[in-house]
Amino acid sequence: MPRLSILLAVSCAAVVAGSAFAGGHGGNPAVKARKAHMQLYAFNLGTLGAMAKGEIEYDAGAASAAANNLAAVASLNQMAYWVPGTSSDDLPDESRALPAIWEEGSKAGEIGASFAEAAAALAAVAGDGKDAMAGAMGAVGKGCGDCHKAYRAPNN
Amino acid sequence: MLRTLIVFLGLGLAALAAGLWITRPVTLPEAQFASLTGDAARGETVFYASGCASCHTAPESDNKLSLPGGQTFETEFGVFVAPNISSHPDAGIGAWTLVEFASAVKKGTSPDGKHYYPVFPYGSYARMTDADVTDLWAFMQTLPAEAQENAPHQLGFPFSIRASLGGWKLLFAGDAWVHPADTPVLERGRYLVEALGHCGECHTPRNALGGLDTAAWMSGAPNPSGRGTIPGLLPPEFGWSETDVAYYLESGFTPDFDSAGGKMASVIENTAKLSPEDRAAIAAYISALGG
Ligand code: HEC
Ligand code: HEC
Ligand code: HEC
Repeated sequence: MPRLSILLAVSCAAVVAGSAFAGGHGGNPAVKARKAHMQLYAFNLGTLGAMAKGEIEYDAGAASAAANNLAAVASLNQMAYWVPGTSSDDLPDESRALPAIWEEGSKAGEIGASFAEAAAALAAVAGDGKDAMAGAMGAVGKGCGDCHKAYRAPNN
Repeated sequence: MLRTLIVFLGLGLAALAAGLWITRPVTLPEAQFASLTGDAARGETVFYASGCASCHTAPESDNKLSLPGGQTFETEFGVFVAPNISSHPDAGIGAWTLVEFASAVKKGTSPDGKHYYPVFPYGSYARMTDADVTDLWAFMQTLPAEAQENAPHQLGFPFSIRASLGGWKLLFAGDAWVHPADTPVLERGRYLVEALGHCGECHTPRNALGGLDTAAWMSGAPNPSGRGTIPGLLPPEFGWSETDVAYYLESGFTPDFDSAGGKMASVIENTAKLSPEDRAAIAAYISALGG
């Protein structure tokens, strides 16, 4: 219960912040925050992917560190930056997030949850060798792809 | 006066008849397939390389082996609904013959002799080998029967008239290759891209009649669903290495570890199932574009 109220408080604050800053320079803070969140995924996957591709040598410590970061970021509560009113229809110059995310029947939450599970499974095995790591990356990549397939517009 | 009118009408009818004859739906001869036997295991590879499931699964379904149809495709001509192509004898295509199937996939002609709309990308599949069509058919007959009835397309006049497609086919559907390929790897890559993978159907712009503009092959195109654009794959704008392209087709990850979205994510669900050699061949072909 206290947790819920904190959550609500945070998302209300974000809505207020969102409307206060929207249209001003620097762009919508909620959109900026979720893009930064996505960039943290991309950055940590960069390390793992370079090892999987054979561009850098597999290193158990570095692989575990990157996979743990990925799982930690995936487990963050993201309510505050997926606020309604910030879709690619509302903010066409800033966001590629399709309105379907907020529409009835949206599966974005479920996809996000199963993606977080795949990230945790990767973190559990990333230090066990290159093959174990590369094997678990498939499900992670599918998680990113499932969400982008349904909920992100192509680039302009 | 009446006489000229009659002559005129007569000529008009003759021209119309000739036009309809030239643009009549073409089926393939039985004899062309008489000596071929399908191999379902090989057909599975053809199935994934051709991406049939991207359009023929139920909307939002992840099960690539269940093909009841029902997905919709918005185009400027109207809304198309993909039909049931499961092995069900009535609702699907289970009662078809190999030659009927091959005529549909390679010539865009239905068993009752009508033209299909080119949203079914037979313009690309026209380049598929007879052996591959035969193997594909063998594989598709092993897939489960689905009882779902087909929904009608919602098209405006004159696009609702299938006979008007004959002219379109004459203009745009051929089996010539677009890009040269002078090594076995490039040839395989070209076959996977231009025939089976039908990559050009999305990555190439279309002219006013809806045909692919091969002079601008793979240079990118507006997104048919109206949001954003489909990226071009030509240098210098597109500068990925062959390894980058092959890895993208396996994992969905771009060189900066963004992850593919939109329709490309479905394409990758299929290319992820190909052999590493086939993905490398596609990458080799893409890298040779513009050269
Ligand atoms: C639950 C849905 C979801 C998941 C899971 C997801 N993404 Fe995203 N991602 C999005 C959406 C929606 C956008 C567009 C955000 C916007 O423009 O407002 C996006 C944008 C991005 C961007 C572009 C950010 C920018 O600066 O514009 C990158 C990079 C990215 N995602 C990478 C990833 C990677 C890598 C993964 C998997 C490790 C992943 N995403 C998982 C929904 C998701
Ligand atoms: C149904 C349409 C469609 C088909 C078919 C298709 N693509 Fe794509 N492709 C796209 C879209 C849409 C994107 C942009 C993806 C995104 O927004 O993340 C894309 C992106 C790409 C990219 C990344 C380009 C970049 O700059 O980010 C490559 C490489 C690519 N496609 C190769 C292929 C190949 C090879 C094939 C054939 C095997 C193919 N595509 C078939 C729609 C398609
Ligand atoms: C881009 C989407 C798309 C792809 C990819 C696609 N199809 Fe289709 N297909 C359609 C649509 C739409 C129709 C309906 C065409 C019409 O009614 O004129 C269709 C029609 C058909 C038909 C005719 C069914 C009937 O009842 O008359 C067959 C058979 C078929 N497709 C098989 C395939 C096979 C096999 C593949 C892969 C090699 C494939 N399709 C790939 C969209 C697609």
